[in-house]
Amino acid sequence: MRAFPFASRNLKELIRDPMMIIFAIGFPVILLLLLSAIHSNAPVSLFAISKLSPGIAVFGLSFISLFSGMLIAKDRCSSFLMRLFASPLSASDYILGYILPLLPVAIIQSVVCFVLSFFLGLSVTANVLLALVVLIPTSVLFIGTGLLMGTLVNDKAVGGIASIIINLSAWLSGTWFNLNLVGSMFKAISDALPFANAVNAARAAISGDYAAIFPSLLWVIGYAVAVLVISIVIFRRKMMNATT
Amino acid sequence: MSAIQITGLTKKFKERTAVQPLDLSVNQGEFFSVLGVNGAGKTTIIRMLSCLTEPTSGDATLLGQSIVSNPRAVKEIINVSPQETAVAPRLTVRENLELIARIYGNDRNSAKEKATKVIDSLGLSEVERDKAKTLSGGWQRRLSIAMALISEPKILFLDEPTLGLDVLARRELWSLIEKMKGEVTILLTTHYLEEAEALSDRVGIMVKGELRAVGTVSELNARAGNQKFEDAFVSIATESGVIA
Ligand SMILES: Nc1ncnc2c1ncn2[C@@H]1O[C@H](COP(=O)(O)OP(=O)(O)OP(=O)(O)O)[C@@H](O)[C@H]1O
Ligand SMILES: [Mg+2]
Repeated sequence: MRAFPFASRNLKELIRDPMMIIFAIGFPVILLLLLSAIHSNAPVSLFAISKLSPGIAVFGLSFISLFSGMLIAKDRCSSFLMRLFASPLSASDYILGYILPLLPVAIIQSVVCFVLSFFLGLSVTANVLLALVVLIPTSVLFIGTGLLMGTLVNDKAVGGIASIIINLSAWLSGTWFNLNLVGSMFKAISDALPFANAVNAARAAISGDYAAIFPSLLWVIGYAVAVLVISIVIFRRKMMNATT
Repeated sequence: MSAIQITGLTKKFKERTAVQPLDLSVNQGEFFSVLGVNGAGKTTIIRMLSCLTEPTSGDATLLGQSIVSNPRAVKEIINVSPQETAVAPRLTVRENLELIARIYGNDRNSAKEKATKVIDSLGLSEVERDKAKTLSGGWQRRLSIAMALISEPKILFLDEPTLGLDVLARRELWSLIEKMKGEVTILLTTHYLEEAEALSDRVGIMVKGELRAVGTVSELNARAGNQKFEDAFVSIATESGVIA
């Protein structure tokens, strides 16, 4: 499989970027510490660790779209990708090569988030493992979003669009405030988008409310599949007519 | 048998015709230079021949394989050094080379061996372990060329390879190319006329997307009635009519 040397290059390219370590691991860790400190001084039910940690996990994953988008856009704009397009790699080699290395990054990120949560009072149960699995479609969604952005726009624009997505996923996730309190319109939009659903599915997994996982998870899976399919179609088209 | 057989190859970008219907045959082992002012269409020809851009009409076969109907087979036997330096920034020089070798189907060991060979022949050993993005522009350029050579292509496209190289590096590259002559079919573009003069078996001069004149340097000199190749180039490139 020629996808593997390419995937291993992409992994190296990612983990050798200090910004990526700071954002992927440092940022969620700081938020988790900060919010649980607030919670211990002035308890808010929303910031109880069993609710907070799935929310922060999803928020952390939203940064994955930034990393994957940046990597791909830079490859495209530096004509490195053009050189590869002239090589015998196939479209599926590229897609796998870009997606595969980001999955372990996403999983490690969630693991760090939950392990830290154990120290902050999250009960150590098998449900946490379930939550890790439930978060995989969310990872795929954000990786696919990055693939789509990186295929369409340059690396500067990826930064801008990714920050919009990161903000959207924060505001509309129900991690920071109760969505019901803002208004029915806001709630309806949040329910239609994948972010709150991703958080709800992970929260349901953590709390052992297995029946509640699937309705939310299906939304996320639907979005993940749609974004992935669209980005693959566009990527293939770009491959046939590579312009930098 | 000719290595490159081009028939009616045309490229239009919307209204602008970048390459007018082109017919050309390049022999196996021949060194062919394409000259022309900025925007003449040289890079567009290389992009079409290396299956990076689909021709608007026409076709070309590379060692018998069509770029339109069988790009996969074409990509196995070619390699390109793009006009812009194309390297993976956070990989070392050696990692970049091994990556390309593996993408072209070599296993780990033979990728290592080939990388060592190319590092020796292009004088890259002193920067072997440096990350590509820390190299100077000229050294990145050498790496970019090395990445085109490592797959040992049967047909090699060099788009302004010596741009940004110092005099010594340029001489070294010339002598390296001299050694490949006869075995590898090479299509090169350059703005350095002495480079084309020193290396080429034949030269083609493009004007506004059209191949105005093809021949050996002395044939072109004779045709334009000039002693110096630079004068011959200028008179052919600025002529308004078509040379029969
Ligand atoms: N992707 C594109 N979209 C629109 N026009 C393009 C595109 N690529 C090239 N062109 C146009 O095609 C023409 C030929 O461009 P090309 O890059 O092949 O020239 P060139 O001979 O390589 O020039 P240079 O010596 O500057 O590298 C130019 O007029 C250019 O503007
Ligand atoms: Mg060019």
